Amino acid sequence: MSTGTTTTSPPGDDVAPHGSTGSRATRILGVLTLVGSALVVWLAFIATPADRVQGESVRLLYLHVPSVTVAYLACGITFVASAMWLWKRSEWWDIVGSSAAEIASVFTAVTLLTGMVWGQATWGTAWEWDPRLTSTLFLFLLLVGYQALRAAAPDRDARARRSAVVGLLLIPNIVVVNRSVEWWRSLHQDATLFRTDLDFRIEGLMLFTWMFATVVGLVLLAWLLIHRFRVGWLANRAEERRLDDAVAARRAEGGVPPVVDLAPTAAPTTGSGTGGDA
Amino acid sequence: MVADALTVAAKDLRLEWRTRVGLGQVLPFAVLVLVLFGFALDPDRGVLDAATPGLFWVTVLFVAVLATQRAYATESAEGVRDALRLTSLAPAGVFLGKALAVAVQLVVAELVLGVGVVVLYGADPAGWALLVGTALPATAGIAAAGSLYGVLAVGLRVRETIVPLLVLPVLAPVLLAATRAFEAALDGTPADGWPWAGLLTLFAVAYLVAGAGLYGVLLEES
Repeated sequence: MSTGTTTTSPPGDDVAPHGSTGSRATRILGVLTLVGSALVVWLAFIATPADRVQGESVRLLYLHVPSVTVAYLACGITFVASAMWLWKRSEWWDIVGSSAAEIASVFTAVTLLTGMVWGQATWGTAWEWDPRLTSTLFLFLLLVGYQALRAAAPDRDARARRSAVVGLLLIPNIVVVNRSVEWWRSLHQDATLFRTDLDFRIEGLMLFTWMFATVVGLVLLAWLLIHRFRVGWLANRAEERRLDDAVAARRAEGGVPPVVDLAPTAAPTTGSGTGGDA
Repeated sequence: MVADALTVAAKDLRLEWRTRVGLGQVLPFAVLVLVLFGFALDPDRGVLDAATPGLFWVTVLFVAVLATQRAYATESAEGVRDALRLTSLAPAGVFLGKALAVAVQLVVAELVLGVGVVVLYGADPAGWALLVGTALPATAGIAAAGSLYGVLAVGLRVRETIVPLLVLPVLAPVLLAATRAFEAALDGTPADGWPWAGLLTLFAVAYLVAGAGLYGVLLEES
């Protein structure tokens, strides 16, 4: 396994050897997420009043704002992990970066959809060529490209290497898109409706719901990230094992006895234990 | 590094010249796109007039996608990348050479497209300084970003489809800025266009530096 220069175990050593991604930490995070989400639903739909200006559509923001927070934070994690991979070249950072990117793309999609529904209800238009909206859409497209590149990569080294470069350029690209769209739109004077509408004040229980929902979103991010990381880690082990099994099968076909496993990996293997990169 | 860049650029352009794919396929494709836009937007309604700068640059982006794919098609062949690494050329030089070759092809395409929009769309070229001052940094930026994202797709079975997906979102700000600058030039208000040309220059410099820095990581792939 030439890419896995680190021997770091996935977080939580009590990951079951049969391939479960659950541990006590994730179970606690999971319970917190579920209870927190139920509370958010109660706060958002029952406890809080409709907004004076936006009416009922304000309730969408209790989903929209946490989504965008999680999406951007996950992108930040991908960015940092990509930089760290380029520095350390470790499997750990590769899986962290790709796991965060996957989560980011889901939450970017949720952000876009809730934003569009909210915009339709509040401004009467689902889309404005606003810098934030436009750059979020581009972020989503870049994340889709990142995912597509990973899926298409021929081997693990190429996958890590190429996606680290894309991940590193993710945030600079979005900043450029954001700045240029902002500059472009500021030359037109038709963005004022958008600006005034965003100036609404939020306070009291509504503000609390907003912040609480964001905290729940962050717990959810941690929960998903740990699980996704472990799935990625196990997928890599399975990949090695498949290769080892294939080598063993070819050897068996040729009547060569299987090589004794000298370097067992996390999953019990029957092959040479050195294969990782095809 | 500069010598390496020139060597690689000369090699790529020589290859391109000998195969004539750029001249025989990419350029006719670019002209075809211009004609199709003409059909779609009806030259008599004035829409085409207003849209000319945008259509010009969208077509340039299409050409850029094809040109970057061409630039790496040869590199995808068995062992060529290893051979390139063994030549002891500086990775940054290889990147700059690739980008330079793509840029030269883009400039040729832009000249043809420029004539195309004058003839087919009846565009009245004004503000030459701004047109050139926009086209050069825009081309450099497109070629740099294209060459960096193009190498990411080397050796992939889905190369043709993944390059546009990766590179077009990145090039969107170039399209935006170059279109605004061309609009300003054609409208006779070049003062509005120069800041966009400045943005394009920043983009080009940023991608040339990023590409030169990151290219080595991608070349040393096992």
